[in-house]
Amino acid sequence: MSNLTDLTLAEGRDHLAKGEFTAVELTAAHLKAVEARRAINAFIVETPQQALEEAKASDLRRRAGTAGAMDGLPIGIKDLFCTKGVQTTAASHILEGFIPPYESTVSGKLKAAGAISLGKLNLDEFAMGSSNQTSAFGAVENPWKRRSDPTAKLVPGGSSGGSAAAVAARMVMAATGTDTGGSIRQPAAFCGITGIKPTYGRCSRWGIVAFASSLDQAGPMARTVRDCAIMLGVMAGFDPKDSTSVNMAVPDFETALTGDIRGLKIGIPKEYRPAGLSDEVAKVWDQGIQWLRAAGATPVEISLPHTKYALATYYIIAPAECSSNLARYDGLRFGRRVPGKTLDEMYALTRAAGFGAEVRRRILIGTYVLSAGYYDAYYAKAQKVRRLIADDFAKAFETVDVILTPTAPSAAFGQGEGTDDPVTMWLNDVFTIPTSMAGLPGLSLPAGLSADGLPLGLQLIGRPFDEETVFKVAGVMETAANFTAKPEGL
Amino acid sequence: MASYILQGETGDWEVVIGLEVHAQVISHSKLFSGAATEFGAEPNTQVSFVDAGFPGMLPVINEICVEQAVRTGLGLKARINLTSVFARKNYFYADLPQGYQISQFDKPIGGEGELILDLPDGSTRTVGIERLHLEQDAGKSIHDMHPSKSFIDLNRSGVALMEIVSKPDLRSPEEAGLYLTKLRSILRYLGTCDGNMQEGSMRCDANVSVRPVGSTELRTRCEIKNVNSIRYVQQAIEFEARRHVEVYENNGTISQETRLFDSVKTETRSMRSKEQAHDYRYFPDPDLLPLVIAQDFVDGIKAGLPELPDAKKARFMAEYGLNAYDAGVLVAERISADFFETVARGSAATHDNGRAKPAGGRDAKIACNWVMGDFFAALNATGKTMENPPVSAQDLGALIDLIGDGTLSGRLAKDVFALMVETGKAPAVLVEEKGLKQVTDTGAIEAAVDAVIAANPDKVQQVKDGKTTLLGWFVGQVMKATQGKANPAMVNEMLARKVLG
Repeated sequence: MSNLTDLTLAEGRDHLAKGEFTAVELTAAHLKAVEARRAINAFIVETPQQALEEAKASDLRRRAGTAGAMDGLPIGIKDLFCTKGVQTTAASHILEGFIPPYESTVSGKLKAAGAISLGKLNLDEFAMGSSNQTSAFGAVENPWKRRSDPTAKLVPGGSSGGSAAAVAARMVMAATGTDTGGSIRQPAAFCGITGIKPTYGRCSRWGIVAFASSLDQAGPMARTVRDCAIMLGVMAGFDPKDSTSVNMAVPDFETALTGDIRGLKIGIPKEYRPAGLSDEVAKVWDQGIQWLRAAGATPVEISLPHTKYALATYYIIAPAECSSNLARYDGLRFGRRVPGKTLDEMYALTRAAGFGAEVRRRILIGTYVLSAGYYDAYYAKAQKVRRLIADDFAKAFETVDVILTPTAPSAAFGQGEGTDDPVTMWLNDVFTIPTSMAGLPGLSLPAGLSADGLPLGLQLIGRPFDEETVFKVAGVMETAANFTAKPEGL
Repeated sequence: MASYILQGETGDWEVVIGLEVHAQVISHSKLFSGAATEFGAEPNTQVSFVDAGFPGMLPVINEICVEQAVRTGLGLKARINLTSVFARKNYFYADLPQGYQISQFDKPIGGEGELILDLPDGSTRTVGIERLHLEQDAGKSIHDMHPSKSFIDLNRSGVALMEIVSKPDLRSPEEAGLYLTKLRSILRYLGTCDGNMQEGSMRCDANVSVRPVGSTELRTRCEIKNVNSIRYVQQAIEFEARRHVEVYENNGTISQETRLFDSVKTETRSMRSKEQAHDYRYFPDPDLLPLVIAQDFVDGIKAGLPELPDAKKARFMAEYGLNAYDAGVLVAERISADFFETVARGSAATHDNGRAKPAGGRDAKIACNWVMGDFFAALNATGKTMENPPVSAQDLGALIDLIGDGTLSGRLAKDVFALMVETGKAPAVLVEEKGLKQVTDTGAIEAAVDAVIAANPDKVQQVKDGKTTLLGWFVGQVMKATQGKANPAMVNEMLARKVLG
C-alpha cells in the first residue's frame, strides 16, 4: 500500500471493504497529516479523539456487515455546518463558543453513512470572501507554492478555503463545502481539487449557517470526479425541514461516469472571454474544448448575454439576504455578547466586536439596498435581472448539454494581494456567480498548471438536476487532463 | 345609529377609523415550527430552535394555519389568493429572535372582504375588509421583574397570527366596538381564533383621523398600538379623535405616528414618530417558496364552513319569527344560539297561538323570552358560563312544556325556574317534590272562586256596576287562596262568568 493519505475516497472505500486496512488506521494516518500540516490553518477545531472512536465503531460495523456508503472514510466539515456538540463558528467571533445542540442534515447524512469527521474546517467569515482571509481564526494557506517564489504564502480561495486546502494537503480524503457565488468551485480550482455545487435544492440547507438563502448550497470537495459523485450521493436528498429542498430521487451519480460523451453538445459562452482574462486561463480553457472534441463531443458557441450583469446583481441579492440572515446574531441567546447600557448599545457593541470588516460591509450594503425608497431600484431590479440570467441558461440548454467555462479568472494569488479593493476581490467569482444565480449545478476540476506551477480549474455547468451529465463530462475531462501534480512536499 | 359628531369651535368633525386586528390562529403548533402553542405554559418551555432563531434553522409552513387563514377569509367573504408570498419584516428587538418577523406584505393570502355590523336599532351596516394575512408573533418582553434587566419569554415566538385589516369605514367608537364584537363572533364560529383579548389572542391597533363633516378627504392618521379590550379601543379612539380636533382647531398639524393607549389615564401617548419609524426592509423570505394553494383546497374548506352569525340571524328571524335584536343577541355566540335552538326545538308543544313554530318544536317566542330573560339573568347572577349553564337547554325546554300543557302557570314556572337554578333538578321533579302543580280541577277552583265572591258582595256589586278592572283583584284573591296553583285562564273565565253573569 502506498501512502494512505494519497488514496481517493473510492480507493479507500474499496480497500476497506477488502479489509486491507482498518478505518482506525486510515483515520490515524490522516490525523497525523492534520497535525503535521497545522501551519496551513485549515482547521478551526480538530476532533481527533472523537474521530478515532468513530473509526473504531466503523470497523465494528464493517465486521458486522452494516457499513455505510462512506464508512470509515476521514473527511472534514466546513465550519458553516452545525455539528452537534462540536463548536460551530462560521469563522466569526460572534459565534465563538457556540456548540450546536443539533446536527445539520447534510453532516448528519455523512455521519449516518459512516464518514468520519476529523474536525471543523476554516472558511471566510460567514462564507463571505474568495480568499479565506476574512476568517476570524486566521487566513488559510494554500498548500501550493509558486515555482518563482516558493516562500510566498498563497490564498486557497474561498470561502471553502479550509476545505480545499485540507483536501489538497491530504489531511482529509474529502470535505464538505458550501457555495453561494463560487465558494466551492473557486477554492477547488485554486487548490487543484474537484468540487461541485449541485443544483439549488439538491442538498438540504437545514443546519447550515445561512449567508444568502436563495443561493447557498452544500456540495462535496474531493480529489476526483468519482469521489465527488460518491459523496454527493450521500449528501443529497429531500429534507422536509428545508422548504427549498426539492423532493426528487437522488440518482446513483457514480454510475453516470461512463466515459462516453459522444454526441454531447458542449456550450462555450462567448461572453466568458473578457479582455482581462489571463492567457494561461484562456489556454487551459481551449485545451479543455479540445479534450472534449477528441472524446466525441461537439463544442457549440453559445451566448449568455446577461452574464455581464451577474456580478452586480449578485452583490445586491446576496448582501440583502445576508443583512437579514445575520440579524439573529445579537448576543442574546448564543455566541458572543458585549454588554451595553441599553439594548441598542448592546446590539451595537456586540455586532461591532463580533463581525469582521467584510461581513459588516455586506450587511451595510444589504441594509441599504432593501431600505425604503431604494428597494425597487436595487433589490427588485436585481431579481428581474436574475431571472434574465437564468433565462439565458435555459435558452442555451435548449441546444447544449453542458457548458464549459474557466472556474476563476486567475490562479491562486498571494495572501494580502488585492485586499485593498473589495471589488477586485469580488471579481474572482465572475465565472461562478452566474451559475449560482440560475441555481444550476457547477463543477470545477483541475485542468492544468500555470507557468508558475499553480493549478488552474475549468468549470462544467449543467441543466437543473442534471448533475449526472456534469459528472459524465467531468470524468472524461479528468482522464484527458491526467492532473497528477501535487503541492510541494506531499 | 345616531352619527358620532365631535363638536368643535370651528364646526363639526367626524372620525375616520380603520382597525387592524391580530388574531392568534387556533392550531396545535406554530406557524413555522412544531413547537406547541398552549397559553399559560412556563416561560420558554414551548420554544423550538426555529422559534429561538438559532443558526441554520429554517421555517416550514404549518398547513393547519393556512387552512385556518383560508377559513377565516371565507368567513369574511374575502377573496382568497391562491398564490401568496411570505416576506421578512426586519427590525431588531430582544423578543424577536430572528431579527425579522415572517409576515405577508404585498401578496397576502386574503384580499378584500366584508363584515356586517349589527347596530342596536336592529339595522346593519357593511364595513369593508382590506386584507387578511398570516404572520408570526414575536416573543414577550417582561420589564418589571428586575430593576435593570428584562426577561424574555419566547413561548409566543412563532405562533401564527392572522392580521385582519378593515377599510377606514368605521365612524364612531361604538362602531369600532361593534366591529370587534362581530369579528370575534365570526372567528369563534369558525374556530380559527378564541378571540380572548385579555390573554392577548386577539389584539387591536386602531388607525384614527378626523375630518370636517361633509368632507371626504382622509387626513393624517395616528396608529394606536396593541389595545387589549374593546372598551379600551373605544376610549382610545374617543381620546385620539378629540386630540386631533383640538390640534386642528389650534391650527396645528397632526403628524403620522404610532401611539400607545394608557388605560389608567385614558389617554394616548406618542410612541415613535414617522422619523423614528422602523424601515422594515420587507423582502420575500428566501427560505420559503411562494405559498400556492389549490382551488380544491379552498372549495373543501368552504364546503365545511359552519353557519355563520349573519346567516343564522337571518334564519332565526325567518324560521322562528324573532326580531332582529333578539336574533342578533342569540347568534352572537354559537353556543347561545345552539342553546336557544335546543330550547326551541324540543318535544312538541300542546298549544299553538299562531306564532311561527318549527315542526315538532316549542313556541319560539316563548323560548326566546325565557332564554333572553330569566336564563341570561340567571347566567349573570350565578356567574356561570354557557359551557356550564345554570340550567340545561333540555331542562328549560321541559319547563316550557310544563307551561304549555297547563301543569304550571307562568308565575309558578318562574318559581320552578328559580329552584332549577338553585338545585339543578329537572322541572318535573321539582313540581312533584314541592307540590307546585297547577290546579286545573274545576271543582277546586270553583270552590275558591265562590268563597271569594261570597266574602266580597260589595266588590261584586262594583264590578257589576261597570268597574271591571276589579276583576283583576278577584283573580289575585283566588290565586292567593290556592297558593298560586290555580290555572289563571280558568280562574279568569270562571270569575267573568260568575261575577258578570
